[in-house]
Amino acid sequence: MGVASRFILRRRGGNGWHWTDIVTWVWLVGGLIIMFGPAVWLAFSSFKTPAALAEFPPSILPYVTSQATVQGYDKPLQLFDAKMPDGSTKVLAEVRRIGTMSQMVDPKTPGEIVRVNINDRTPVRSVSFATENYTTPFTQFDFLRYLWNSVFVTVTATLITLIVNSMAAFALSKYEFRGRSLAMLIILATLMVPLSVIMVPLYSIISSLGLFNNLWGVILPTVATPTGVFILRQYMLTIPDELIDAARMDKASEWQIYWRIVLPLTAPALAVLAIFSVVWRWNDFLWPLIVLSRRELYTLQVGLSIYSGELNVQWHFILAMTVVTMIPVVLVFIFLQRFITTGIAGTGLK
Amino acid sequence: MNTNMSTATLTSRLGGLLMAPVNLLMRVLDIPLRAVQKAAGIGGMAAVFLAPNMLIFGIFVLLPLVINFVYSMTGGTAFFLSEREFVGAAQYERLFQCANYLDPMSCQEDAFWTAVGNTFWFVVLQVSLMILTALITALILNRDLAARSFWRAVFFFPVLLSPVVVGLIWKWILQRQGLLNFGLYQFGVEPYTWLTDRNWTFVATIGVSLWAHMGFYALILLAGLQAIPKDLYEAAEMDGTKPARVFWRITLPLLMPNLLVVVVLALIRAVQIFDEVYVLTGGGPGTSTLYLTQYIYETGFASALRNPGLAAAASILMGLVLVVLTLVQLGIGQRGEKKGKR
Repeated sequence: MGVASRFILRRRGGNGWHWTDIVTWVWLVGGLIIMFGPAVWLAFSSFKTPAALAEFPPSILPYVTSQATVQGYDKPLQLFDAKMPDGSTKVLAEVRRIGTMSQMVDPKTPGEIVRVNINDRTPVRSVSFATENYTTPFTQFDFLRYLWNSVFVTVTATLITLIVNSMAAFALSKYEFRGRSLAMLIILATLMVPLSVIMVPLYSIISSLGLFNNLWGVILPTVATPTGVFILRQYMLTIPDELIDAARMDKASEWQIYWRIVLPLTAPALAVLAIFSVVWRWNDFLWPLIVLSRRELYTLQVGLSIYSGELNVQWHFILAMTVVTMIPVVLVFIFLQRFITTGIAGTGLK
Repeated sequence: MNTNMSTATLTSRLGGLLMAPVNLLMRVLDIPLRAVQKAAGIGGMAAVFLAPNMLIFGIFVLLPLVINFVYSMTGGTAFFLSEREFVGAAQYERLFQCANYLDPMSCQEDAFWTAVGNTFWFVVLQVSLMILTALITALILNRDLAARSFWRAVFFFPVLLSPVVVGLIWKWILQRQGLLNFGLYQFGVEPYTWLTDRNWTFVATIGVSLWAHMGFYALILLAGLQAIPKDLYEAAEMDGTKPARVFWRITLPLLMPNLLVVVVLALIRAVQIFDEVYVLTGGGPGTSTLYLTQYIYETGFASALRNPGLAAAASILMGLVLVVLTLVQLGIGQRGEKKGKR
């Protein structure tokens, strides 16, 4: 509470509330609600049954109406709090409804039927988490497959990104050769070529390489990120050349110098690039949408968008799978957010 | 980027897991590469290190870029270049075939001009609102706050979410039985289906993209604010300068380079808006939120009457806009660097 009270009581100068203190307070608290609220609301909704999702006004917690099996009836009956003529309330099970009258029985004494006006009864509700929203898409739909595809694409693309980009950065920072500035220029130029500009010809190249409907077709075009080369090169420039010269004297091969000396020293920059790459590849949407047209190859993002675009949206499954899709990114946010924010503030990349 | 202890521990933890099989692979790779080094010399190894990256750039970025121009001058529905017939500038002529340029419906490709118009208004409104909110957020985060890194993280949270997740979160909130209607219901407003209303969906796409990306720009602006020397403010305080004057005379001029970079970055991103809108509205209702990237995507791949050549022509036109914006950004960056050196 210390931090909270200090925050609330902090003000400009210390003599009374300045208008900027109020604006700050409103903006921060409003921001807290607007930035986190929607995701939290989605997470709560993902535990509701389809019936509870269709309710208006909605409740925050997932409620279900209680049911009970009553002797003499095949199906479970719905439970209600019924107001009795003498003013007391009793928990009764509804047998059937005729017009505005409901025929109910007491679960303890199933023999006698009680007639209650439907306005005098309210359903008994209890909090219950509909975990089948999570299990059904994994067992009966292909979402386990999508999850695996997403993980495969993210991990493979990140590993290749780290290796390929660090090799290029090594060449561009530790060797003098003809065409070095040309290579830098080419890499710089690709910063200006977003996917939306080249998607049509890129698709034809991927097809002619036989990578259409192939996860490698999703992975390969993304792995040579110019921003990656730039961060790593900037970092490698700070590694002293004497280290490399000393290794050459000891008859280390160039590959060993790259692998054993330069790469370990570049670890902090590699970690930042790895975090970025994981978030980028996990979140990729347009390119996988173009390359993957067979259902069993969809990544989570593509699968989610296809299912949510269907005519009969099964929101309870969609919401649960959205939460699953969100989990890795939320974990990165909680544990590694610092590295990303300093990375962006330092280099302006995303 | 500075090295600190926690970065090192994080890396070693990540590294330990990933590196074992990779280590072995690298040892094996060393055998042929030693032979290459003997043949090519130490200097020649630079080319070897550069090769994989250049190969991937070449095949997946530069080649498509070149092919795109050829593509835009061919017709038909085939995807392989060899099966396409040369039509010259016909695709461009088709895009620009208009009776009245201010009325998309009078054009042959009315969808293209609708997308251009929508994108234009989207960019203008979204970027100006983006800069305004990001600047306010950065100024507030730059105050002497308790738990500043927590508040910074709050505004940054949506930036990491995938566009699909962002689209679905808001689609769910804007449903008839969603949170927005629930909130308004408390004030006596009847539930409304926001996503079937042409005007409201347009507003929604602006609001949602604002929500998703504002934290990113606020972060860059905050870094700029923190780089402003503190003694300037102290001097102003000693002179008894009014806060508003301090803002206009010190904060804004010194933040200007960062602000310009943010404006251009936001413009470049806004022109290409696709993912979250595609999930949220699918471009609809009708064509009210059809933006350029979706037009290219649908013309090239999705629609029954697909025309890759037309899509390529449209993507080149969009690319030209982006190149101009990027050159402006590079210009700003270079000017800033020169200033720094002086």
